[in-house]
Amino acid sequence: MSIQSNLGKLARRYTNVLVVAPSGVMLLLFVYGFVFWSFLISLTNSRIVPVYEFVGLQQYELLWSNGRWLESIFNLAVFLFLFVAFATFIGLLQAILLDQNIRSENAIRTVFLYPMAISFIVTGVAWKWMLNPGLGIQRLVRDWGYESFEFDWIVDPEMALFTLVIAAVWQSSGFAMALFLASLRSIDDEILKAAKIDGASTFQTYRSIVMPLLRPALFTTVIILVSLALRTFDLMVAMTGGGPGFSSDLPTNFFYQFAFGRSRLGFAAASGIMIFVMVVIVMAPFIYSELRNESRRGGR
Amino acid sequence: MSKSLTKRKIIEKLIVYIAVVSFTLLYLFPLIVMLLTSVKPLSEIVSGNILALPKEPTIEPWLTAWSSACVGVECVGLRGFYFNTIAIAVPAVVISTIVGAVNGYALTQFAFPYQRLVYGLILFGAFTPYQAILIPLAQTLGNLGLSGSLVGLSLTHAVYGIPFTTAFARGFFIGIPSDLVKAARIDGAGFWRIFFSILLPISLPILAVSVIFQFTNIWNDFLFGSSLTFGRDAPIMVALNNIVNTSTGERPYNVHMAAALFAAMPTLALYIFAGKYFIRGLTLGSVKG
Repeated sequence: MSIQSNLGKLARRYTNVLVVAPSGVMLLLFVYGFVFWSFLISLTNSRIVPVYEFVGLQQYELLWSNGRWLESIFNLAVFLFLFVAFATFIGLLQAILLDQNIRSENAIRTVFLYPMAISFIVTGVAWKWMLNPGLGIQRLVRDWGYESFEFDWIVDPEMALFTLVIAAVWQSSGFAMALFLASLRSIDDEILKAAKIDGASTFQTYRSIVMPLLRPALFTTVIILVSLALRTFDLMVAMTGGGPGFSSDLPTNFFYQFAFGRSRLGFAAASGIMIFVMVVIVMAPFIYSELRNESRRGGR
Repeated sequence: MSKSLTKRKIIEKLIVYIAVVSFTLLYLFPLIVMLLTSVKPLSEIVSGNILALPKEPTIEPWLTAWSSACVGVECVGLRGFYFNTIAIAVPAVVISTIVGAVNGYALTQFAFPYQRLVYGLILFGAFTPYQAILIPLAQTLGNLGLSGSLVGLSLTHAVYGIPFTTAFARGFFIGIPSDLVKAARIDGAGFWRIFFSILLPISLPILAVSVIFQFTNIWNDFLFGSSLTFGRDAPIMVALNNIVNTSTGERPYNVHMAAALFAAMPTLALYIFAGKYFIRGLTLGSVKG
């Protein structure tokens, strides 16, 4: 047999590998390769264009002693905690409410989830308008007769960050709701019936039977919301632009400003790599455990 | 059943309905405010409040948003950017969906060495923060002569969409019994033949999920668009943000809201008419069992 026909046999045997190869190579280059390339740039003093003269970890030292970066990290921590906590809690509440055999469940679910179909820019534009101190909700409530009502968070450096939390929760809680509802619907009805026959109240049933069964969904929801929070950018651009001052600035905006506004590529790359590291810390164990569970369940 | 138990049940139901109605109103509130604002003349906006019904409803803001609102220095409206985004999205959606479908099939229906590792590496691409790749990406597009072009942005979306579409297809194909494919192979059908005549016809729902998810993602993108395009080549969300931030004279809030609604319409329509697939795209791969 000639080499050629052997190669042909191999190619037929591994058609599937050959088919996946282009995607694999592309992602290797454009995801992993580019992350590595960013890392290389972060080790240089590059400004408008990359210059490959390495200066060690200087940019990282500068970054972690930069007041604006530290403020953006602090803001992210506050935003992330509040956003994840409220979106999870409200999503769970909505899912439980929808699970009570209510009328027009489909229509209501559609309402809870529609913000997910809208872009963060649209959400930001809408909320910025509603939070406008002169003409928005503050004005509305004052028109209703509460003359001293104040709701000017969006222009208040102490409170602006919380307006991002409100809009982000409005946008994403429906996602948490969908995950929890799917999980609730998979619970065996027999268990719940048995609890009812034993005289357990709705609250008791939820606390001691349903909640433990929702744990996997809770875990997934939190992880995905955290990864969403870490990448929040558009919403902040549309609502506050990071202001007033840098009071609602986030690391993603810091990156954007230094990469595309001020042309300090080395410095920007260092901040991009730090964001990457944060996401890896959250996501890598999650992806690993998901795939491991799958193999334990007997997936191929 | 005792009387007190029935009473408790009624109260429970009441609380549930009050909560549901409050949530529903709260979630619809922004949409209602946007709609109302978008059909009021500016004078009414300034004199009334955000829930006041329009005294003289007008579609003028919608017309302005579409064809003459100022996007930065050019007052050209959203129209051109709408078509830009369609031109960016359609090829990217088609390419990434097809590639993802084939990947998902190839990963699951045949023995694949290190399948889980390969898939894990692909999947992580879906979660990589783009801040860690944007500088090299902009450099590379520049070197290829695609800097700031619609083609460059479309290719970018196609490539970075593959992890998602692969995940969708793989999640679907892994649930298809391998006996089906084995039987076809014994009958002498090859890789592509099996794909096109057996698996493709039954995978239409997952292709719909993939298409809807990708289209929504690309239509709603801001980060790639704002980093990789300039001026008139920008996609819709970048244009919308520019319209809202163009501050010459009095701010036309009604035009801003009309523009935002214009920008939200395609994905909102998809969601309303194909909600089932939309939700599946969101939850797929994250909830099992």
